[in-house]
Amino acid sequence: MGIFGFFSKDKKEKLDKGLEKSKDSLLSKIGKAVVGKSKVDDDVLDELEEILITSDVGVDTTLKVIRRIEERVARDKYMGTDELDVILREEVAGLLSENQTEQLSDFEIPAGVKKPYVILVVGVNGVGKTTTIGKLSAQFKNKGYKVLLGAADTFRAAAVDQIKLWGERTGVPVVAHGMNTDPSAVAFDAAKKAAEEGYDIVMIDTAGRLHNKVNLMNELTKIKRVIQKFIPEAPHDVMLVLDGSTGQNAVMQAREFTKATQVSSLAITKLDGTAKGGVVIGISDEFKIPVRYIGVGEQIEDLQIFNKDEFVDSLFKK
Amino acid sequence: MFDNLSTKLDKAFKNLKGQGSITEINVATTVKEIRRALIDADVNFKVAKEVTDEIKNKSLGQDILISVSPGQMLVKITQDELTSLMGGTQENIVLEGNPAVILIAGLQGSGKTTFTGKLASRLKKEGKSVMLAACDIYRPAAIDQLKVLGEQVGVEVYAEPENKNAVEIAQKAIAEAKAQNKKVVIVDTAGRLAVDEQMMNEIAAVKDAIQPSETLFVVDSMTGQDAVNTAKTFNDRLDFDGVVLTKLDGDTRGGAAISIRKVVEKPIKFISYGEKMDALDVFYPERMAQRVLGMGDVVSLVERAQQAFDEDEAKRINQKIRKNQFNFEDFLSQLAQIKKMGNLKDLVGMLPGVGKMMKDIDIDDDAFKPIEAIILSMTKEERENPELLDGSRRRRIAKGSGTTVQDVNKLLKQFNEMRKMMKTMNKLTGSRRGMGLSNLMKR
Repeated sequence: MGIFGFFSKDKKEKLDKGLEKSKDSLLSKIGKAVVGKSKVDDDVLDELEEILITSDVGVDTTLKVIRRIEERVARDKYMGTDELDVILREEVAGLLSENQTEQLSDFEIPAGVKKPYVILVVGVNGVGKTTTIGKLSAQFKNKGYKVLLGAADTFRAAAVDQIKLWGERTGVPVVAHGMNTDPSAVAFDAAKKAAEEGYDIVMIDTAGRLHNKVNLMNELTKIKRVIQKFIPEAPHDVMLVLDGSTGQNAVMQAREFTKATQVSSLAITKLDGTAKGGVVIGISDEFKIPVRYIGVGEQIEDLQIFNKDEFVDSLFKK
Repeated sequence: MFDNLSTKLDKAFKNLKGQGSITEINVATTVKEIRRALIDADVNFKVAKEVTDEIKNKSLGQDILISVSPGQMLVKITQDELTSLMGGTQENIVLEGNPAVILIAGLQGSGKTTFTGKLASRLKKEGKSVMLAACDIYRPAAIDQLKVLGEQVGVEVYAEPENKNAVEIAQKAIAEAKAQNKKVVIVDTAGRLAVDEQMMNEIAAVKDAIQPSETLFVVDSMTGQDAVNTAKTFNDRLDFDGVVLTKLDGDTRGGAAISIRKVVEKPIKFISYGEKMDALDVFYPERMAQRVLGMGDVVSLVERAQQAFDEDEAKRINQKIRKNQFNFEDFLSQLAQIKKMGNLKDLVGMLPGVGKMMKDIDIDDDAFKPIEAIILSMTKEERENPELLDGSRRRRIAKGSGTTVQDVNKLLKQFNEMRKMMKTMNKLTGSRRGMGLSNLMKR
């Protein structure tokens, strides 16, 4: 992963701290599971199943991991409990790398993309879409990008005010038409302004929608279409924001949103509040969509670029 | 709501079909399936284990009555178990004191502010004067959000945008409510993580200072395994009185409801299921358990129908049916009433056995749109006298409504059949009653 600068060391500490509960639960629980045992037997595997499931890894992925470990035990005839966390670590890393093709250390507009780079942010209600946009706008701006926000959540009471406040705070302009206006019109104006005035990045906030509401999902398609009038290859990124404390419904959300709008990246928020880094593993196993950001705290810099190796390190750090 | 779990349980119970009595062997696989289904529905692992052990104990050795299958027997046992788990009976909120104070707490994004608006609207409809206190001093525009909702439901909001002391705002709001002789104050607070010591101290301090008669913990029904820990921490700090489950209109399996109830032993008092300010129901454990098992929720359906139902309008339509004068105007008004009852898929999902069939089918709320469009493209005269509709009028209507002549013909044909049926029913029942939606709505 190269050389850690001062910032990334800082960031690493924050990640460790944010995931402290996940880490504690995974490692210490494994520790407890193997107390007084020298080899991995059925009891240990049962315990392991419980540990993974209670970390929101999900039944299917858990069974997959258990099966793989079982196979290894059968093949090697014997596996000491001291090897267990090494092997588990390998398995988890394996699950993550199957879809985590990108390994970014920082966000940059990909080479060859004609600016403005458009990010459409979607998700169900209350996952932290607007907050994610607010934090990202600050990060992008600090990196020297010219950023524009589109307040296309015109539905939830005061959502427009919320993003405007973020705009004021981070010094980023916000295109807004007020509440209960047509979200596509907001997206249209934001795309137009960005294209005409030479912005680098546009982020469009959308109203939270439960993924089983057909009309609202169709609305996303329309927003996409109007943006393309000005920026034909947009949106460059459709980011689905998931709440880290959501259980197996996160999988349903990812599935339905993928159907409705080609989701290209995930942001998983509120991971600091839960004992569950597990949902990241489960989602990675089921979908070929890379996790790009994880939220491990309230501060702007607590929304971090997801790095598989660092994440696994944090999860299994002794 | 719990359709996914029902489907899974159905599958599990299939294993038991055609067997004589419940034994250790034939129940083992089924129980394991039930457990996995519950876990997959986000019921906490330990809770699921306890529940299924209990189910197993209760079912073992039971002879199967000739008239029921082992599966049905287990359904009954599971249903009873889930019902008792979720609290047995329904419990109301306590409103004591002058003014009565309700404190709202929960994680970020769980739906506290929206629920606060809905509760205010509900209490107001019950004739109580309500004031809202905006104590979320952290999230940008949270106060504005509450103000907008307050305005929507016609309830005053007490806010001090400059004040950064939640305790003080809550106290002042209560004093203000007292001065204005309001009966209830609902205190909306900032979302906080259970692990955030500082924020948990704040809400504990708010509770201490205002001594609410009801403290409600708001939780997203989509929450996973961690729901248990979160609820436990909040309960340890706040000793809350009840739980509110939100976002139940999604396809969440809602297992968190079962876990929370089991771990903190506090009743679930409300369920919240939509964006509209009236989308709030009290929680009925027995109905929810039936839903889990795909047995439908006819009682809720009837209640919702009654709420949306306009008695005078029904009488008027009944009159017209009796005189065989039912026309397109009446048809439109009936459509409007059905729509008032809420999301079609939700409604259909409440019918027994339908939930699992509907799982993958989308009924969007626009299903009636083409029909409405056709009717709205008729002149008033045509609507009142459908006999007028000749070929050229039909062509005009099709054009006007963006449909085809075939669509118009189909609707007319259906309409005529409906009328014929009403006529027959009229004869059968004498002139006492008509047919139509109105009768379905009566108990």
